[in-house]
Amino acid sequence: MKSPAARNWKTGTLSIGLEWLIPILVVVIWQWLGSAGVISQRILPTPASVVEAGWKLIRNGDLFVYIGDSTRRALLGFVIGGGIGFILAILNGLAPLAEKLTDSSIQMIRTIPHLSLIPLIIAWFGIGEQGKIFLVALGVAFPIYLNTVHGIRSVEPGLIEMGRTYGLKGFALFRTIIFPGALPSILVGLRFALGIMWITLIVSETISSNSGIGFMAMNAREFFQMDVVVLSIVIYALLGKLSDWLAKLMERSWLQWHPHFRPKK
Amino acid sequence: MASALSSEKINVKPEVGSLETVSSRGLQVDVRDAVVQFGDLTVLRDLDLTIPSGQFLAIVGRSGCGKSTLLRLLAGLERASQGTVSLGGGASAGLRPDVRVMFQDARLLPWKTVLDNVRIGVEGGDKAKALEALELVGLADRAKEWPSVLSGGQRQRVALARALVGDPSLLLFDEPLGALDALTRIEMQQLIERLWLERKFTAVLVTHDVSEAVALADRVVLVENGIIAQDTSIALARPREKDNGFTHYESSILNRVLKRNQTAASNEGFSI
Ligand SMILES: Nc1ncnc2c1ncn2[C@@H]1O[C@H](COP(=O)(O)OP(=O)(O)O)[C@@H](O)[C@H]1O
Ligand SMILES: [Mg+2]
Repeated sequence: MKSPAARNWKTGTLSIGLEWLIPILVVVIWQWLGSAGVISQRILPTPASVVEAGWKLIRNGDLFVYIGDSTRRALLGFVIGGGIGFILAILNGLAPLAEKLTDSSIQMIRTIPHLSLIPLIIAWFGIGEQGKIFLVALGVAFPIYLNTVHGIRSVEPGLIEMGRTYGLKGFALFRTIIFPGALPSILVGLRFALGIMWITLIVSETISSNSGIGFMAMNAREFFQMDVVVLSIVIYALLGKLSDWLAKLMERSWLQWHPHFRPKK
Repeated sequence: MASALSSEKINVKPEVGSLETVSSRGLQVDVRDAVVQFGDLTVLRDLDLTIPSGQFLAIVGRSGCGKSTLLRLLAGLERASQGTVSLGGGASAGLRPDVRVMFQDARLLPWKTVLDNVRIGVEGGDKAKALEALELVGLADRAKEWPSVLSGGQRQRVALARALVGDPSLLLFDEPLGALDALTRIEMQQLIERLWLERKFTAVLVTHDVSEAVALADRVVLVENGIIAQDTSIALARPREKDNGFTHYESSILNRVLKRNQTAASNEGFSI
């Protein structure tokens, strides 16, 4: 009884070790090249100096303000855009009339790369908050919309019919059958949307901002603080990883029923 | 015996309750001159069918003849463009809580546990009742599992528990055992027969397996060209064995379905 668990633990740590092997190796070599003087500090600062820069910004509190500003924009845009995309998708997935009315327009707008709107948005909103939140919302709305519509369409008609024979209708039918059936697809959209959320934010903050991580990077570049520039890149990467991890966590806990997401025994 | 076999086409009312003791639990079904169309395709034309309360009726026929359509008409899932369907004496208006359907696929919700799937069948989702129904089909110990880990036969048993838990008066089966292996089929047939004997609901079973129809039903009707083309009462005692009487019914119905051996069939009492 004990040996399989022990073996699981062993293979578990081994696979985690393998996953991290290359990143750790890269950091070590990078540090070594930097301190040996092969790579100039002005081109690429060493990991140690990036950590040092981070520590300084943590101590004076600026880092948290920047991360907080960026996160707030990201989440606000995500909630607005995701909410609109989700509600439109439900309307169009369930009501054929609504779909006829709006779907082709949505498909047309979808072909515009939302980042190409940046000049227009600066003209409309200046470099204030609304412009960035608007862009994030716009970018997030489409993956959520498309995947939710797809999810609703792919719910097995037999299950809906079964629900009707058991007297489910209206919201009860939606809650019990349509939404859970569409959920795997919705979560795929959510994961896409989280990726787009960060990219949109990075681009728009880098171009026009007076706070946030993008601002921190651009500001540091003007003063040749390459360590802070690299730090901001690392922070974006970590935030992206964090949201990906959150999406995975949601899949694992909400899609336990799905053989694909069930934790291996 | 032969007289029980022969019955002229449609419009001839079968003898009500001639075989089983008629209970008041089951719903009586009356279909009058029902027409069901899909666009230009007329699937059922002026179909008449009376099912007395508590009877076990089997519907057989070639693939695509409209067996499922007839069953769905009884379930309230299809509408007749002409004619009437009445259940328990009153005109039936669509879906009813005392009518339950089992399909060939179990149609369990994969995101609900076995127990929660059964709870869909109880008003208010009473857990104790659902568990009781699972016990009835012998799956109480699997209550907390996901449907995806169950075998096909087990899934159908869960679907049966879900259909039974609300104590229906009319239970409709659309080839529920069609996808199961032979052994599991026999077990499920016995289970269905036992539950029907205990609960005394009216049962309608669509099947492509004539042997299954003869094994379970009080009466077997053949759907052909949109009407009931043959109506056979099965006068065999239960539990049924594959004896001479059994094979006699089986082969004569099968021959009629396949339109084979017309002369031999008429010798046995057919007049179609
Ligand atoms: N919803 C539908 N729309 C169009 N045609 C249908 C529909 N349902 C059934 N049919 C057609 O009606 C005929 C009878 O179908 P069905 O009742 O399912 O036959 P079966 O006896 O095999 O159960 C078939 O030709 C089928 O194609
Ligand atoms: Mg069918």
